Amino acid sequence: MILFRLSHGLVAALVLLTTGVAQGDDRRPPRSGLEFVAPGLRQLQEDEFANPGMLWVMRGNQLWREPAGAANKSCADCHGKEAPENAGAAAGYPRFDAARGRPVNLESRINLCRTEEMRAPPLAYESEPLLALTAYFRHAARSQSMVADDSGAMTAVVARGRQVFEQRRGAFDLACRHCHELNVGKSLREERISEGQSNGFPTYRVSWQTLVSLHRRFQACDTAVSAEPLALGHDDYVALEAYLARRGTGLAIETPAVRR
Amino acid sequence: MTTVRIRVPSTVKQGELFEIRTLIQHPMESGQRVDDNGRPVPRKILRRFVCTYNGVEVIAADWHPAVASNPYLAFFARAGESGSIEFAWTDDDGTLTRETATIQVT
Repeated sequence: MILFRLSHGLVAALVLLTTGVAQGDDRRPPRSGLEFVAPGLRQLQEDEFANPGMLWVMRGNQLWREPAGAANKSCADCHGKEAPENAGAAAGYPRFDAARGRPVNLESRINLCRTEEMRAPPLAYESEPLLALTAYFRHAARSQSMVADDSGAMTAVVARGRQVFEQRRGAFDLACRHCHELNVGKSLREERISEGQSNGFPTYRVSWQTLVSLHRRFQACDTAVSAEPLALGHDDYVALEAYLARRGTGLAIETPAVRR
Repeated sequence: MTTVRIRVPSTVKQGELFEIRTLIQHPMESGQRVDDNGRPVPRKILRRFVCTYNGVEVIAADWHPAVASNPYLAFFARAGESGSIEFAWTDDDGTLTRETATIQVT
């Protein structure tokens, strides 16, 4: 009997040990931030009409057809009347741009099109039109799975992103992973800590009353741990974005998500 | 440029109650905040909202600084005759944003 109990206990311990290992592994199925929000916000996000982020999606749809720049071209002139034709493309950023030798996220892809094809001035990061276009593309890819390119030249970018994710910083000396991996589901003030997934971005933040890009969210996290935030569009933020895409592979895109 | 969303059923039965939903993009700056340099940010809110159905007022509302940005409003009306439903938001600076929806009563 004792032997039985002992072996039983041993099995339990082993199970615990293996699940412990499994949890430390980044191949466990990712969980969307939607699972961690209050019911009211979840309802607001899932209501296609009332979701305030849809205002930016609508604006993005207008901008898609609006000609701009010296070439007097609109996005639609090259890419078709409806963005959904290219919807899959939005799910797969950041990608490596071989011609430029650097990773390019959706925001910089839009601006490259503007400067090179449309011969228009680039849109400022976090400006209303850039947020609107980004939200429009990501919304067109809604329900598709997040995909990440981590082959070839992107391998190094994703690896750098992981370093950024694990790098302690700021007066609080915390890395992203200390909240978003080691303390997921616990309470931080009145909120539950999510996995820090990027599938809902750009996201409408009720407390800021506006749509925010992923990089602005990074800045807010940096500020919250008393670290100096990097510039929007910084290489390390793009790398972190690539790592998060890799980490969230398989999650459905939910843009525009609604968060507190 | 103001983005507005309106949802009105395209057809509705005579005498029936139907829901109207509205959402408008607006900062609703309360006038009680200061900028990074400590200067007060001037108030800029939507002051009044009016909805009319074939010229008859359905709802009118005075809004105040505590209303959140991008205000959402949903309300009900009773179907009378086919026609147009008009929406108007008045800004502090006098700007009027208008939107019209048509409804078919069967």
